[in-house]
Amino acid sequence: MSVSKKVQHSLDELRKKAEEAGIDIQDELKRIADKVEKTTSSAKAWKRVELARNPDRPRALDIISAICEDFVELHGDRHYGDDPALIGGVGVIDGIAVTIIANQKGRNLKETMARNGGMANPEGYRKALRLARQAEKFHRPIITLIDTQGAFPGLGAEERGIGEAIALNLREFSQLKTPIICIVIGEGGSGGALGIGVGDKIYMLENAVYSVISPEGYASILLRDSSKAKHAAAMMKITAEDILELKVCNGIIGEPAGGAHLDPKATSKAIREVIIKDLKDLMPRNPAVLVRYRNQKIRKFGHFTEE
Amino acid sequence: MSSTAAIDSIACPACKSSIDAHSLRLNLNVCPSCQYHFRMEAPDRVEYLADKDSFVEFYRNMKSLNPISMDGYEEKLFEAVQKSRLTEAVLTGTCTIDGIPIALAIMSFSFMGGSMGSVVGEKITRAIMIGVEKKCPVVIYATSGGARMQEGIFSLMQMAKTASAAAELDRAGLPLFLVLCDPTTGGVTASFAMLGDIIIAEPGALIGFAGPRVIEGTIKQSLPEGFQRAEFQLEKGFVDVICPRGEQRALLVRLLKMHGFTGQDKEGKR
Repeated sequence: MSVSKKVQHSLDELRKKAEEAGIDIQDELKRIADKVEKTTSSAKAWKRVELARNPDRPRALDIISAICEDFVELHGDRHYGDDPALIGGVGVIDGIAVTIIANQKGRNLKETMARNGGMANPEGYRKALRLARQAEKFHRPIITLIDTQGAFPGLGAEERGIGEAIALNLREFSQLKTPIICIVIGEGGSGGALGIGVGDKIYMLENAVYSVISPEGYASILLRDSSKAKHAAAMMKITAEDILELKVCNGIIGEPAGGAHLDPKATSKAIREVIIKDLKDLMPRNPAVLVRYRNQKIRKFGHFTEE
Repeated sequence: MSSTAAIDSIACPACKSSIDAHSLRLNLNVCPSCQYHFRMEAPDRVEYLADKDSFVEFYRNMKSLNPISMDGYEEKLFEAVQKSRLTEAVLTGTCTIDGIPIALAIMSFSFMGGSMGSVVGEKITRAIMIGVEKKCPVVIYATSGGARMQEGIFSLMQMAKTASAAAELDRAGLPLFLVLCDPTTGGVTASFAMLGDIIIAEPGALIGFAGPRVIEGTIKQSLPEGFQRAEFQLEKGFVDVICPRGEQRALLVRLLKMHGFTGQDKEGKR
């Protein structure tokens, strides 16, 4: 029995006894039940955050090598440089040539340093756009693998226009006349994730999270207490189940029990199956219709009333 | 500025001179001594920009439905409405400017930091779509701290939504003019604000993606003087022109005419 169920069980007993004794403790019981609910949902959401950030979790390049028969990494934005935090190239999946664009975190401390923890600079987003346009030219579908805390908040990133680079990707990806499948494989953080996150199909791995700001950021800015990150993680509705329920993603790709890091092979296999199925569905579609549907879907995001 | 009504004299944060509230207002909230640009509310900007009685407000009653049921968000919205002359962080509509019909969206920083949630995203999108439908130019005044975090993932998705609308205006061959005001940061910078065919900035406006404090936290040192200011962004190539508030109307009219829009031809010549 889980802790919350045990508490619930005790509360039920207490309620019975209080009723027998003729004491009204409904309000008190409700307060306790709310608190239990909040604590357990915080714990659940935070577990996902920890799994999404697990240092042993398969990274984009691990997944790419597992799902592709062949892959050639292509470098550089042709203007400024190459960003190792945001990688791309051409791969072959089930005989189909695809362009893959992905955030790459490191697999060890040295690589994490070299790849800036997967936090891309403007040249990363500009490389992504170059490769995306190339994909359109050669009628290749695009697969993006999202795994970043966010774009890099650094001096150089600002000087070279990180805002403009992301903005341009949002606009251009919405118009590309080729299928785009986006998969959040770990952390989907803010505009840095969305910068390669506009597509026809959005998936999340079971233990991936997708949010406008990190739970820590939310806690320190809006709750004015950075120690409330766990609480914020639940409030913000960032787990794959939450995002699916909010209809911001199309589906969840299951992970092995305990998380993707315990069986990277099985995780990659599940990803590959979803990609192949969707490619067969999306590739025969008229590109103009594909773009129209993509934009119709994007325009629907939001909840408001006009009364 | 909403605070100007109650206080008789205001100290300029730049030159420290004392300005009386009335003359500050007459001077479009610009310090008469040093030209420091105070923030300005959307309705005041409309009054300055639009031909007299030409502004028609659209979507005034659009309200957020608290999409992720965030505790305290509805109270916060209610408070923001009570404290301002606004119903949300952006005012949208149509007007003429020197007789030229335009679609207009003007943001207000005073309303929850100009943050973009479902309503701001939708109103910006619709203002752009008015341009597409009426074949008229779209002018947007941006000022924002970024995404409305209380709306979670939906606030992030407004970036994609407004960018998608900007793409449609592009395809229709119609101009999108942006005026970036202090401050323009976060998700607004990383979406429609950087997608203007022409990007104008107010002098001294802070314009960037990450906020200065976040960057300082990353690099563990303080930022150089003028970092992310309009003049810096001009130098780095992300802003077309810096234009003082009092000259913005004339500049917009010149640009609109150069793009083939005139007061006589209401459909706009293409």
